[in-house]
This record gives sequence, C-alpha cells and structure tokens, in this order.
Amino acid sequence: MDQNTATVTEPSAGFGGMQARSTATLNATSRISVRGLDFFYGDNRALKGINFEIPDRQVTGMIGPSGCGKSTLLRVLNRMDSLYPGQRAEGEVMMDGENIIAPETDLNALRAKVGMVFQKPTPFPMTIYDNIAFGVKLHEKLSKAEMDQRVEWALTRAALWGEVKDRLNTSAMGLSGGQQQRLCIARTIAVRPEVILFDEPTSALDPISTLKIEELIDELKRDFTIAIVTHNMQQAARCADQVAFFYLGELIEVAPAAQLFTAPREKRTQEYITGRFG
Amino acid sequence: MPEHTVKSYEDELSRLRDMILRMGGLAERQVAEAGEALVERDSDLAAEVVRRDSQIDALEREVEALSVRLLALRQPMGADLRLIVAAMKISHDLERIGDYARSAAKRAIVLSQQPSIGSMNGFVRMTEMVQENLKGAIDALVHEDAAKANEIWAADEPVDEIYNGIFREMLTHMMEDPRNITAATHLLFIAKNLERIGDHATNIAETVHFAINGAAMEEERPKADTSEFAVVRPPSA
Repeated sequence: MDQNTATVTEPSAGFGGMQARSTATLNATSRISVRGLDFFYGDNRALKGINFEIPDRQVTGMIGPSGCGKSTLLRVLNRMDSLYPGQRAEGEVMMDGENIIAPETDLNALRAKVGMVFQKPTPFPMTIYDNIAFGVKLHEKLSKAEMDQRVEWALTRAALWGEVKDRLNTSAMGLSGGQQQRLCIARTIAVRPEVILFDEPTSALDPISTLKIEELIDELKRDFTIAIVTHNMQQAARCADQVAFFYLGELIEVAPAAQLFTAPREKRTQEYITGRFG
Repeated sequence: MPEHTVKSYEDELSRLRDMILRMGGLAERQVAEAGEALVERDSDLAAEVVRRDSQIDALEREVEALSVRLLALRQPMGADLRLIVAAMKISHDLERIGDYARSAAKRAIVLSQQPSIGSMNGFVRMTEMVQENLKGAIDALVHEDAAKANEIWAADEPVDEIYNGIFREMLTHMMEDPRNITAATHLLFIAKNLERIGDHATNIAETVHFAINGAAMEEERPKADTSEFAVVRPPSA
C-alpha cells in the first residue's frame, strides 16, 4: 500500500446502527487537514507522509502500538513539538486556512484554539478557582463577575461544578484523580478552544472516573472537535466516531468506529484489534 | 491469521469453532437418518433420531454459554467478534434444523404403519440436497470459504422446486382416495420440514458470508417456493 494513502472505509451494512453513524462521519466537514506530514526526532522519521482529516465536532480516536506515531501526531496538532530542540515537522497541517506547522504560527494563539488534556491529571498547586482562571487570564481580560461566570461555565461543562462549587477556594490538590482530570478538562475548555486533544486521558483513572470522562467527551463533542489518543481500544470504540489506526509512523486505516472494530479493511488493523500482533 | 497473543483466547475461539463443527455434523446426520427412516420405513432408526435431538439442544446451550463468556471476558473485535456472533446465530439455525429432523422422524414412525403412497424419490432427492447444503455451509465456515458460502446461499431453489412438486402430488393423492389423507398429510409436513431445513442452511451460509467478509449479503435470496399459490382441482370438477 502506498504510504501516503490510508484506506478510508465506505459505510456498509453489517451490524445494525452502523450505517447511520458511518454516514455521519463521512459527511462531516473537516476541521483539521493533515497533508503529507512527516515528523522527525533528529534523524528518526516518526511520521511518514500522513494524510488525515479530523472532522468538525466529532470524536476522532487514534490507536496503535507504542511508537506508532499517534501521540506524535497529537502533539503536532498544538505544536507541543516546538518545545523540544531537534524535532521538526514537514508538510501541512491546515486549520482555518493556515498551515499551523509553518514557523510564523503564533503558538500562544494556536494553543488557545487547540487545547490539550494529558495522561496524568496536572492540576496547578493553587485553588480550584485559580486553576481555571489562570489560563483564561493569559488570553482575556475579564471582570471578576465575568471570570466567576466563566469558571462556573467551565466547571459545569466538565461535569465538576456540583462537586466543587462549595470549595472553589480550596486547593485543587485535594481532589480525587478523576476530579483532577475533569478539572484539567475544565481548565482546557475555559479558554474556549475549538479543538480539544486528549492524550490517554483516563489511563491513570479508575473505571468509574473513566466512564465519567467518556460521558463528558460525548457531551463536549457537540461544541468541540475532539481527538483522543488511547491505548484502550474499547475506549476508542465507546467514544470515537471515527478511528485511525497507526503503525510504525504510517496511518494504516481510518474508518467509522463501528466499521473499524467489526470489519476493518486492512490486515494489519485486523491483527492489531484482535490482539494478534507481531 | 496469525495466532492470538493470548493463547487461552485462541484456544477458546477454536473450541467454539469445533463446537459448531460438531453441531453441524450432528444436524447433518439427523437430517440424513430422518430421511432414511422415512424411505426405509424404519421406525427404530426414526426413534433413534428423535432421542438424539437432545444432544443438539445441549450443544446449542454450550455454544451460547461460551459465546456470552467470550463477549464478556475477551471484548472481541473484528473477525473474532464476527465469528462469535456468527456462532450464536448458526447454533440457533442448527438447533431449528434438529427440531425439523426430529419432527420428520416422528412422522416417519406414524408413516411406517400406513400403507405407502407413491414414490419416495422426491424425498430422497430433497434430503440429499438439504444435507449437502448444510454440509457446504458448515464447511465454508470452517475453511473461511466465502465463495462456497455464496454458492450455498444461492442453491436453495431446486429444493423449493421439489417441494412444490411434492405439495401438488400429495394434494392429488388426497383427492384420489381419502384413505391417503393421513399419510399424505404427514408427508406434506415432512416435505415442509425439509424445505425449512434448506432455508436454515442458506441462513447459515449468509451468516458465514458475514463472518468472513464483515458485511451482510445485499441481494434478496433467490426463492422458488410457490406452494402458497398451489391449487389442485379435483378430477371430476
């Protein structure tokens, strides 16, 4: 297979309900277009000619074995790579008509537009309120009342408001792991991004907290475009509208989740999702 | 496909495949021997078929239990998921086939005490054909042979045609002599059972197609059962 083209599976009959979902995926407008993307860690080419569309206000899951390039791609989407010397991206990642990997990109503006939630909850050692307000203050000048409103909005959207509204001025470090992760999501959405990137957002959480995050992702996709990297295939199956499978720096296959997990087109996808790898 | 990374999972999947294979073999034997009991007027063999049906029922329960277990504990994906779903559906079809064979065998016991009417050739042919289709469908699953599955799926029309012939023939026997009615009615039901067995064999072929290709059959299956519209006029009318 040509490394520049991944299989995009057409919707087909099979399991009930699959068709509606797959059609929705294919009809969605693209929010981010990745074209011919290469990524290098020094001399090591970690992404090889990736072509990939991230549809607007849907959840795109990215799966693949360790070292396949999925996290690398996620980091390119908000230019986390620029923090490290010796890393470079080539090609195009188009968002709102701009190539965000071009050197002239305003990274602060980009990161306000493309937020990221990490594997381990990363609350700042400050109050719950300040955790949310901190990022907002970097980008906007709000009055106290407006800020209060924004904090409540973000915490509500992150399904945390009810649990913390009476202790906004206590330390965020006192929250449970699941609550801390929802706080991080609230902090991310407080700056009103368009895209939210999740890098293994629940791998440090217990199953119930995990389900709460998944429910939240489902809720957030109405307003945000979401990309999620996960090692947990069941999670990708539960959350994602479309799923992309990466292997050795190549994008092997993109398909609606139900299609990819019941009848993938590519042999390597089939072997990976059924646990027959290598 | 390469072996599964988790060996016990691989073992469970092949156990499931073996169970379907065993169940298929048993169903095939039931159909063949029900037909034989009918044609040879062998009520002992027929009684044996009736007794043996509980084995198929037990296997169906086993397949179901293992499938549910696999779904719950392994979170199967892709071809594994399709195999498990297919196994559940196929075991149900095989269980129905077993019931039809048992019903035919019971009627064969009654028929062995009735005077024989007409030729049994249609029944012999029909039994052979549905048995062959059933075997082909199960083989297609075991060998992951989609072409074979498609072939079986499309091969039910001749069975329907023989059934239509038997239907008319039995009505004629009944009209000719009311003393034929008992035997002819039982024979009609047996023919219907065989026809249904043929339909279940094509269902299995359809499921096998899905398990292998990941997509359902899109066309309508060719059918030739026209007995719903059959009318035989009495000779005097």
